[in-house]
Amino acid sequence: MSPDTPHLDPIFGRLTLGDIPYHEPILLITFAVVALVGLAAVGALTYFRLWGYLWREWITTVDHKRIGIMYVVLAIIMLVRGLADAIMMRLQQAMAFNGSEGYLPPHHYDQIFTAHGVIMIFFVATPLIVGMMNFVVPLQIGARDVSFPYLNNLGFWLTAVAAILVNISLFVGEFSQAGWVGEPPLTGLAASPGVGVDYYLWALQISGIGTTIGAINLVATIFKMRAPGMNLMKMPVFTWTSLCVNALIVISFPFLTISITLLTLDRLFGMHFFTTELGGNPMAYVNLVWIWGHPEVYILILPAFGVYSEVAATFCGKRLFGYTSMVYATVSITVLGFLVWLHHFFTMGSGANINAFFGLMTALIAIPTGVKVYNWLFTMYRGRVRFDVPMLWTISFMLTFLLGGLTGVLCSIPAADFQIHNSLFVVAHFHNVAIGAIVFAMLAAIDYWFPKAFGFKLEPFWGKLSVAFWTVGFFIAFLPIYIAGFMGVTRRTQSFDDPSLQIYFVIAAIGGFVILLGVVFFLIQLFVSIVNREKLRDTTGDPWGGRTLEWATSSPPPAYNFAFTPLVHDIDAWTDMKERGYRRPLDGFKAIHMPSNTSTGIFLSVLLLAFSFAVIWFMWWLAALSFALMLVIGIGHTFNYNRSFHIPADVVARTEGERTRLLAQQG
Amino acid sequence: MKPIRIIALLPLMAILGACNAVMLHPSGDVAVQQRDLLLYATELMCIVIVPVVFLTAFFAWHYRHTNTKARYEPHWHHSTLLELVIWGVPVMIIITIGMETWKTAHTLDPYRQLTRIAPDQPVPPGTKPLVVQTVALDWKWLFIYPELGIATVNDLAAPVNQPIEFRITADRVQNALDIPAMAGMVYAYPGMETELHAVINKPGNYMGQSSRFSGAGFSKMHFVFHGLSNADFDKWVADVKASGETLDSAAYLKLAIPSAGEPVHRYGTVDPQLYSTALDQCVGKSSNECLSTQRANDAKKGNGLCRPNVASN
Repeated sequence: MSPDTPHLDPIFGRLTLGDIPYHEPILLITFAVVALVGLAAVGALTYFRLWGYLWREWITTVDHKRIGIMYVVLAIIMLVRGLADAIMMRLQQAMAFNGSEGYLPPHHYDQIFTAHGVIMIFFVATPLIVGMMNFVVPLQIGARDVSFPYLNNLGFWLTAVAAILVNISLFVGEFSQAGWVGEPPLTGLAASPGVGVDYYLWALQISGIGTTIGAINLVATIFKMRAPGMNLMKMPVFTWTSLCVNALIVISFPFLTISITLLTLDRLFGMHFFTTELGGNPMAYVNLVWIWGHPEVYILILPAFGVYSEVAATFCGKRLFGYTSMVYATVSITVLGFLVWLHHFFTMGSGANINAFFGLMTALIAIPTGVKVYNWLFTMYRGRVRFDVPMLWTISFMLTFLLGGLTGVLCSIPAADFQIHNSLFVVAHFHNVAIGAIVFAMLAAIDYWFPKAFGFKLEPFWGKLSVAFWTVGFFIAFLPIYIAGFMGVTRRTQSFDDPSLQIYFVIAAIGGFVILLGVVFFLIQLFVSIVNREKLRDTTGDPWGGRTLEWATSSPPPAYNFAFTPLVHDIDAWTDMKERGYRRPLDGFKAIHMPSNTSTGIFLSVLLLAFSFAVIWFMWWLAALSFALMLVIGIGHTFNYNRSFHIPADVVARTEGERTRLLAQQG
Repeated sequence: MKPIRIIALLPLMAILGACNAVMLHPSGDVAVQQRDLLLYATELMCIVIVPVVFLTAFFAWHYRHTNTKARYEPHWHHSTLLELVIWGVPVMIIITIGMETWKTAHTLDPYRQLTRIAPDQPVPPGTKPLVVQTVALDWKWLFIYPELGIATVNDLAAPVNQPIEFRITADRVQNALDIPAMAGMVYAYPGMETELHAVINKPGNYMGQSSRFSGAGFSKMHFVFHGLSNADFDKWVADVKASGETLDSAAYLKLAIPSAGEPVHRYGTVDPQLYSTALDQCVGKSSNECLSTQRANDAKKGNGLCRPNVASN
């Protein structure tokens, strides 16, 4: 259907009752569960009179710690959705043999693999790393908040409403059936006339803007708000990786914005940027989108490397080996990340010289990455390795990641890639890296920084079980996928002819369920820990023997993070302070200047959600209304000069006095 | 057998099956070289990876918290010699792999005419490759043999040890032509032509497919590639010719209607202009709608905003 299709309903646009998939039992059950959980949540909030608290302390907050936590909560919720998609795909592929079509027809299956990719990248991995950076970086650099607190709130809500838009597509209309990078001509109006691709484009557009805004904020924060004495080469490694990642986001996300804007124009106004006829060229989209897409891979993996660096140093009780090497390796990965995008389509036929160049650039990235692995290895050397849950994730990562790195280099050789490209080998490779590096790192990070955020540790027993099941499950699920790739099986296949392949997909499905148990144990770990929080309470603020500044303050940190801005003399600033016999100042507190809450972020985001939904369904009255309101609120916000307040000195003194009391209790 | 035993046997059966994977036992010279390249790079990288796996396990165990006998140096964080090794070893390995990367990117470039049909067996002088014009339709493969005047759908054959030259395009959406036993894949784009040069060395029936997701019928977009002896190939050609059907614009437009799991079709005669009009995206349309006409018009007229014919200097 194109915009000029006649018979558009004046109110509902092209939305009709037929677009509600009430005849799909799977979706109906899902909807019932979501509705029940939602009603229960609303009921509980009302019963316990928490709406005001939620609005004041969380929804309108500009506190980087709370925004970070909200990002992580969003990611965990979306992880459940993405994982459900994964399990459905594994079951389908294990069943669809010998003429059986399985239980998911292509229309449904194609939406699921597209949604799985989009959700895992944009609404699980990205919010996890952004949330971690938001929470940790200002604490690590000894700052009281970020440079642009309002933008931080807005960035989160944009990401959140984009996630909501993806989930709306489940129950109203459909989602894209064209893969997670949405390459035309398949995503063009001719091949995909439905609303699926439009949902996809708007969800990416909104979350992309949110991520970009957040990144601008963190780059400014890291450059401008470090504690005195912390020059660049004294920054914690996680902050270094965050700086590089946010620079990558600021440079690369505009490419995503542009490519999906042009594709939206193609679909909405019949333009011809990426069509085959009338001067368009679909190959332009593929190049543009991967100029964003490859840096995105490093955007997700560099913070993971940062987490492992922090965890390894802390749990080996030893300064990180080769800090300078680590920094140079991080920066060179950042730069090289922009010179490799073409390796996603060697098979397009760009010519031998171009392929060879991009192949060599890709292989080059293996060098700094390899250096990092050695650095973690030699951090363990002559250390005192404590096998707490974050360290177990790190060791499991090192072993898993080596396989992912090896297969990655194989994919980088153009002549070899002509064989393995688009095969399940590639699928296994990027899950090897995405799970083995990114997911493990984020689970390690949650375990590591949880006591900082909430003041109590997570129960280690369920955490260790989660490590074991994730690790074993990964190998059971993805080694068969690697093998199937060598057998020439292509990704995104809904049903199979060759019965000899079935065994691999049955094993992979078993592996999928083992991973599912890993996630269940992680959720149990959260639940059990919250129930037993008094037993797991940490009053020191430094439960792991930490080395960086976030451990210098209380857990959870006060709104202002540090009553006095710390002075930095060494790389591991907090270890250095502890070794030199640092004493907390007990008096002389002053009023602290802090940013005020704002509701502009949530209003703008919800209006943008309404606007995008209206454009997707051609409800032009709603589009115009929501757009006008966005302008009013957005411009209105610029006239608000009342954006900060002071925490009075006696409140600071009282908060710090309470910490002094708790520390004294500790003995 | 009890279910538990079947589960226990699964990994064993899987590994046994992997040894026969088509990419590790290909039947065409190009795929053989690609396989050798994969194995070569894997072996080289194992020089780094295997020791690191063992060292990780060993360090983690030896320097465990409870082993107070192990040396503990909380401030040790730098060693110039170690740093040299840490940077040097990956650099050497990547240089070695990189040289091979550069070389094979050229020798195994799908656009390059074959120079050998097997190790130590150059292409005999004067051999002309067998040209196969390939069109990816929704969701089936059309193969046209212009020199033989025949065409097939979802059915491909070639004599062994005969260089084949695929000219590849697509009707509507992107696909990739992929016969893993013979050579790697190459993308098929509408309105554009890509090439693949390959050879099959052993007679047999091989799996061919689209390896680029192209929509609802994608999973059924398979065909059988027959590697045949010269005599068998001649017989196959004669069979196709005897089919009596003609592939013209009308037949093409009928084929282009999206369908999944299309059975084999054979055409004894082919409209010689069909492939070029398919590539030009105007089968059964007036020549004004051809891409080549559009491009020529764009170049002539310009539109006031961008005038490609006005010299930019």
